[in-house]
Amino acid sequence: MSKSFLIDTTLCTACKGCQVACKQWHDLPADKTVNQGSLQNPADLTYTTYKVVRMTEEELDGKLHWLFFPDQCRHCIDAPCLETAYDEEAIYKDERTGAILYTANTSKLDADEIIGSCPYNIPRQGPDGTLTKCDMCNDRVHNGLQPACVTTCPTGAMTFGDRDDIMALAEERLQKAQARYPKAALLDADELNVIYLVTQDPSLYSDYAVADAGRRGGMSRGTAIRKMLGPFGRLMNV
Amino acid sequence: MTNHWIDIRNSDCIMIMGSNAAENHPISFKYVTQAMEKGAKLISVDPRFTRTSARADIFASLRSGTDIAFLGGMLKYILDNGLYNKEYTAAYTNAPFIVGKAYGFEDGLFSGYKSANEGPSLGSYDKSAWAFEMDAKGVPKMDRTMTHERSVFQLMKKHFDRYDLDKVSMVTGTPKEDLLEVYKTYAASGARGKAGTIMYAMGWTQHTVGTQIIRTMAMIQLLLGNMGVAGGGVNALRGESNVQGSTDHCLLWHIWPGYLKTPRSSNTSLAAYNKKWTPVSKDPMSANWWQNYPKYSVSLLKSFFGDKASKKNDFGYDWLPKVDDGKGYSWFDLFDHMYKGNMNGFFAWGQNPACSGSNAAKIRKAMTKLDWMVNVNLFDNETGSFWKGPGMDPKEIKTEVFMLPAAVAVEKEGSVTNSGRWMQWRYQGPKPMGNSKPDGDIIMHLGHMIKEEYAHGGKFPEPIKNLKWDYETNGIYDPHKTAKEINGYFVKDTTVKGKVYKKGTLVPSFAFLQADGSTSSGNWLYCNSYTEKGNMSARRSNKDAKNNIGLYPEFAWCWPVNRRIIYNRASVDPKGQPWDEKNWVVRFEGEAKDGKYVTKKWTGDVPDGGWYPLENPDGSKRSDAKHPFIMRKHGHGQIFGPGRADGPFPEHYEPLECPVEKNYFSSQMINPTAVVYSTKDDQHATCDPRFPFVGTTYRVTEHWQTGLMTRPQEWLMELQPNVFVEMSEELAKLRGIENGERVMVSSARASLECTAVVTKRFKPFQIGYATVHQVGIPWHYGWRWPATGTEESANLLTPPAGDPNTRIPETKAFMVNVTKL
Repeated sequence: MSKSFLIDTTLCTACKGCQVACKQWHDLPADKTVNQGSLQNPADLTYTTYKVVRMTEEELDGKLHWLFFPDQCRHCIDAPCLETAYDEEAIYKDERTGAILYTANTSKLDADEIIGSCPYNIPRQGPDGTLTKCDMCNDRVHNGLQPACVTTCPTGAMTFGDRDDIMALAEERLQKAQARYPKAALLDADELNVIYLVTQDPSLYSDYAVADAGRRGGMSRGTAIRKMLGPFGRLMNV
Repeated sequence: MTNHWIDIRNSDCIMIMGSNAAENHPISFKYVTQAMEKGAKLISVDPRFTRTSARADIFASLRSGTDIAFLGGMLKYILDNGLYNKEYTAAYTNAPFIVGKAYGFEDGLFSGYKSANEGPSLGSYDKSAWAFEMDAKGVPKMDRTMTHERSVFQLMKKHFDRYDLDKVSMVTGTPKEDLLEVYKTYAASGARGKAGTIMYAMGWTQHTVGTQIIRTMAMIQLLLGNMGVAGGGVNALRGESNVQGSTDHCLLWHIWPGYLKTPRSSNTSLAAYNKKWTPVSKDPMSANWWQNYPKYSVSLLKSFFGDKASKKNDFGYDWLPKVDDGKGYSWFDLFDHMYKGNMNGFFAWGQNPACSGSNAAKIRKAMTKLDWMVNVNLFDNETGSFWKGPGMDPKEIKTEVFMLPAAVAVEKEGSVTNSGRWMQWRYQGPKPMGNSKPDGDIIMHLGHMIKEEYAHGGKFPEPIKNLKWDYETNGIYDPHKTAKEINGYFVKDTTVKGKVYKKGTLVPSFAFLQADGSTSSGNWLYCNSYTEKGNMSARRSNKDAKNNIGLYPEFAWCWPVNRRIIYNRASVDPKGQPWDEKNWVVRFEGEAKDGKYVTKKWTGDVPDGGWYPLENPDGSKRSDAKHPFIMRKHGHGQIFGPGRADGPFPEHYEPLECPVEKNYFSSQMINPTAVVYSTKDDQHATCDPRFPFVGTTYRVTEHWQTGLMTRPQEWLMELQPNVFVEMSEELAKLRGIENGERVMVSSARASLECTAVVTKRFKPFQIGYATVHQVGIPWHYGWRWPATGTEESANLLTPPAGDPNTRIPETKAFMVNVTKL
């Protein structure tokens, strides 16, 4: 059975421990950041930042809300990036964990197309042309550990486990949250292995909190052709 | 903390005020979250909306420096609406005590005030004016109905009657409906079986009225019956993992280990010293635990001087330095002296005063007056490199600086004591890097060298020569030897309670310490931490106690005598039965016959003394019982606190620098006993149009302290790269400031360039008839890192004034201007 995350934003304190744990486990360099007038840093995901806690201030019904959203790859069950790449040597799925994984061969893909295919605007391209994103700490998971971000979270905002268990927990947490926040919802839960529980309109957390068919994630013409041609597509370098 | 971290989960209402726990004590939120999952309410009171506020049920903003007004209003609300626990208040607090006729309060001043001729204190009180009225036996007169007009209860009612919603709101800037919501929600924790807790930190302490802010909350907690119970207490969240430990072991000038007093010059002999500081109670029902003072002071001297300390030489008392009566030797005072050229040398050990001290520019100037400085730290910092810092000309500076690289915590073995008083043993991880050494080795080596120096002569060599200095094994500092020394030994064969303890045996607990020189103890409070049963702080059992409230009594060790919740005998009613049956802390389980207890037995936590409860099951009073607040002379929780420098009741005074022309509560503008320093580098400006905005400083979750351990760490710098100033959208508009641009923040002392963070989380306050803006700046930065040198310390801005009880600086409320660059 695949693995899933539940990210319960009602418990997140935006301590950014997850951001640092992610960098530490993946031995990623620090981004050179500049404060842009927000406590959120870095301002966005980058080639060397797979996780960022988005922080937005919203006044709703006369009350201030500071919304925290630890953004990362959703490890889609049917991942558009994987389908778009259509190259298992560049993007593949680990069937045991459900992790969507990028290799060095992503440098051979059309980066804009891959990034454009992601409904959640996650992958980033590096100077060497490769694409990166959260890898679910797949190496840790295969060795019986939790992803680094989950281990470090002090409040239990992030949980990780077998999909069935996480789905059950998500439903339970949703019911609890709805008592206090009527707008509480799980985001695209059936399609994703990273399930967010939010309490407000998802678009307030991030422009890409939920998939929007009209905006992104639709299949490009190239993808459609490749899909039609099957394995020959790659040989023909379409 | 009177309670401990895990215990937060037992609370029904958590108020976080004067702290920003989600950001600065992130792990505490594990327990806050657990409490909330069980239905607890979370209240966040802060000048700005923080990451703590983001998780809270209720947020209320207040202008920095107005906490006493805010809490005074809550006290009045509780009293007016009869929401206090009447039985608890009458039985366990000093609310029934009768105060003497000399006590008075008028227009912001208590009786007994005298203004000072020279600073830094503005004035002081003759506290005898606040004494209780005594009966013929010398026991305070009490009226348990609390109706006597001079009872503490009635005086308190009168004192806080002025703290009505209108006036409180006018001073704090908190909307009245927000005040009411907080008051109502928190006061509900006074119901039997409910508990409310307070999590506070430097947002409360760092004011000229800091101590009294905490006193106000302690009074509220006593009235609501929240002291001693699970999920209650008054809980200081310490700013470092071992601040509690360092305070316990006498980091501060005015205390010795275990909160014994530093001797004054007027304490001319050991007998005079012990007499002065040993409280006497004539009430047979008061345990008055401090009556044991001489046992602890003599055991400490035996620990200092070993065999050289004997009855004949007052156990070496004369060898110890004495402080002059009435003089301060705090951080402020030391740097004031250094600035004035009265100090030649300085050890900056594990600290970074060039960035951490209030009015840091003065501190940096003061260091130029030194002949030498030894900087003991992990890395070089703004202190060690002050001579090449901004505005310094190295050619002009005579100070010679020595750097001693210290090992980091994980590279050495030893203990830390956390905020919850838990002493936890840690083992060594990696070996110290390069030439760095554990602090223990550095101190031992230094001690040996000084001893050697004095072996050849010198002025008054006795204290150095006679100092016992044997905490090494094979020439290496041995933390176990130190820990055992702190616990204490029988230094000769001794019989206690019929049992013989051989010389060299570790003392089982402080109840066994003696005043005749037969025991030693480096800190009586820690006596019981390392016994013949082993190192108690190294225990790691995850088994909970019978009451299942997260005490984990065999995990680490906590002072005193492993009591996890102090004042816990107040968690039961006078018959010894818990106020809260679900989360009970202790309960009396002695047998009863004919309505009277006949055997003694307490279960649960280690009780605050094992005496019988105050009453029998049939309601009759027992004369062999003791009042539950055993560390107080009279055994009662102090609603009236006659020991404080600035008054027995808290009173709102404005900060030294404030935005209002008058104090709406009295004509005393600021705390009349505050300490204010006055060299030409100690400028301040109040109600000055040049500095129209309230400023405060704080921490962020991404950095730690002055940033010495976090600014060189690139992953953390990535998270918070620049010193910033948070301000409201309204203020930004007023000044034409764009979000994210660099701006200048100035106070009467200095200017600081910051990145503007324009946010909805700060809102202008309506104070009286004026709109008052406030800004806030994190103080983690300094010119040494990042290498650009542009990110400086917010403490360049903070003021030269402090609390009269502690001399802690008022870094949480001062006045600034903010301008475009």
